[in-house]
Amino acid sequence: MTERVGVAKTYKLYVGGKFPRSESGRSYPVTSHDGAFRANAAQASRKDLRDAVVAARGAFGGWSGATAYNRGQVLYRVAEVMEGRRQQFVAEVRDAEGLPSGDAESVVDTAIDRWVWYAGWTDKLAAVLGATNPVAGPYFSFTVPEPTGVVGVLAPQRSSLLGLVSLLAPVVATGCTAVVVSSAARPLPAITLAEVLATSDVPGGVVNLLTGQAAELGPWLASHADVNALDLTGADAEQRVELARAAADTVKRVLRLPEQEPDWTTPPGIARLRAYLEDKTVWHPMGV
Amino acid sequence: MPVVLADATRDESSLRRFLRGLPGVDQVGVEQRAAGLATRSVKQDAKRWAIDTAIGMVDLTTLEGADTAGSVRALCAKAVRPDPQRPDTPHVAAVCVYPDLAATAVEALAGTGVAVASVATAFPSGRSSRSVKLADTALAVDSGATEVDMVIDRGAFLEGRYGDVYDEIVAVKALCAAAQNTVHLKVILETGELATYDNVRRASWLALLAGGDVIKTSTGKISPAATLPVAHVMLQAVRDFHEATGEPRGVKVAGGIRTTKDAIRYLVAVKEVAGERWLTPSLFRFGASSLLNDLLLQRRAKQDGHYSSPVYLPE
Repeated sequence: MTERVGVAKTYKLYVGGKFPRSESGRSYPVTSHDGAFRANAAQASRKDLRDAVVAARGAFGGWSGATAYNRGQVLYRVAEVMEGRRQQFVAEVRDAEGLPSGDAESVVDTAIDRWVWYAGWTDKLAAVLGATNPVAGPYFSFTVPEPTGVVGVLAPQRSSLLGLVSLLAPVVATGCTAVVVSSAARPLPAITLAEVLATSDVPGGVVNLLTGQAAELGPWLASHADVNALDLTGADAEQRVELARAAADTVKRVLRLPEQEPDWTTPPGIARLRAYLEDKTVWHPMGV
Repeated sequence: MPVVLADATRDESSLRRFLRGLPGVDQVGVEQRAAGLATRSVKQDAKRWAIDTAIGMVDLTTLEGADTAGSVRALCAKAVRPDPQRPDTPHVAAVCVYPDLAATAVEALAGTGVAVASVATAFPSGRSSRSVKLADTALAVDSGATEVDMVIDRGAFLEGRYGDVYDEIVAVKALCAAAQNTVHLKVILETGELATYDNVRRASWLALLAGGDVIKTSTGKISPAATLPVAHVMLQAVRDFHEATGEPRGVKVAGGIRTTKDAIRYLVAVKEVAGERWLTPSLFRFGASSLLNDLLLQRRAKQDGHYSSPVYLPE
């Protein structure tokens, strides 16, 4: 009997609900934490980024207009599908980050739980962050949180799955759409997450996942006039200043971040949800 | 006109003989050539030039049942100054509307250099009597439109009644020629309903022989609309017609062209198939609505060094 030939993998990007190759045709080798070759990943170019922003903008109307209840169900479904591929995630996280099996399992479990946690928040945000305002006049005055728009996310370079989920889940929970650049050296858990998102009721374009270099793509993401907010976790500290300056030209909201990657296992709180929401206040005349 | 072409229009049977005698289109060849030219890379200065040229070739179109005088005036304002924050942006070639709104567009565009095109002849289906179609054309011409986009009777064409199609174009052309100002006639072939490239070639020659100033791919109301191979066949027809008669005629592609990339592919086809002479708004047009915004976004991206957003452009 002949020995089975292994299936060599060359992964693609995730843009607009499809898996296209990079427009540039580039790819780069991905290795495990100890340097063994694992697969080829697509190396996204600035044009892929542009296409991803177009897809995210196109999906924003539908996703932000979906009911909060529906968004919660979709996020919960992501957790369900991840649970089904738990072993694959554990193997990839262990392989990429060099964690012992037990730790890798706990990282994957926390990542799945994080989707569930954020799924629960979608229909409570308006109650917690909104208000009926007491005003001295014959008006009802309401404040409601509304999603900011397209959010650019440079995912953490170290925590390839839990860090990514901790950044991505709050973006989509609020009704925003996301363009994510995954960890450059550890993209495989992110690629598998893209496969999960593609098969779990998340409308195409809501999450667009690019593999490649944050240093190359960051400036184009930060200066893009159709991106409304930025999370620069995956950029190094010096580059963050430059990117924040480029972002200021088009009045993007840029998340304030600690210099080092935080401990992703601690409960996140709602700071990130709040970051991607804007207050809309409505004054309605009484008695008419 | 050379003898062979003059002969072709003598009567219906000679017209049929001429059209049926046109060489067949090599389907695989034209599709391969179109796909090959579409891979040509246009960058930097050439792209800048292509974007501005394409903006100047746009027939900014609104053909909705819900069009109002107000929405047409807004479109006219956009046609004159497509990107108000960048005054160096060229204006588009024309605004294309239904005939009852042509007068509104003529008033809004007076003295701006932007032409008014009106569809006519029971657009988009062309299913009505000759008298209704001519009345439709007269409405457009009397309203002051300087370009008329007529549709051919595809039913008659597919049944082989080439004489009827020919006579109808001649009759519409006569109305245009009788107008006070010069009225250009664009003949819409609706290639998506013609089924074969051979038919596209025949319909192109038929329209050119009948006096159409421009042949246009589609109404934009049915799919498939404009495609590159179809544009190739039509560009070959105007090129050959020019060689035979010395008269330059134009081509307009309409429907489904939404991105700068698409537009540049058509410009490459125009240069390679017809020739550089056709790279001018009087001989090549894009019928489009959403294409203009994409061209403007790319124009801004070139100027600013970063990608722009539709929120900075008028609707």
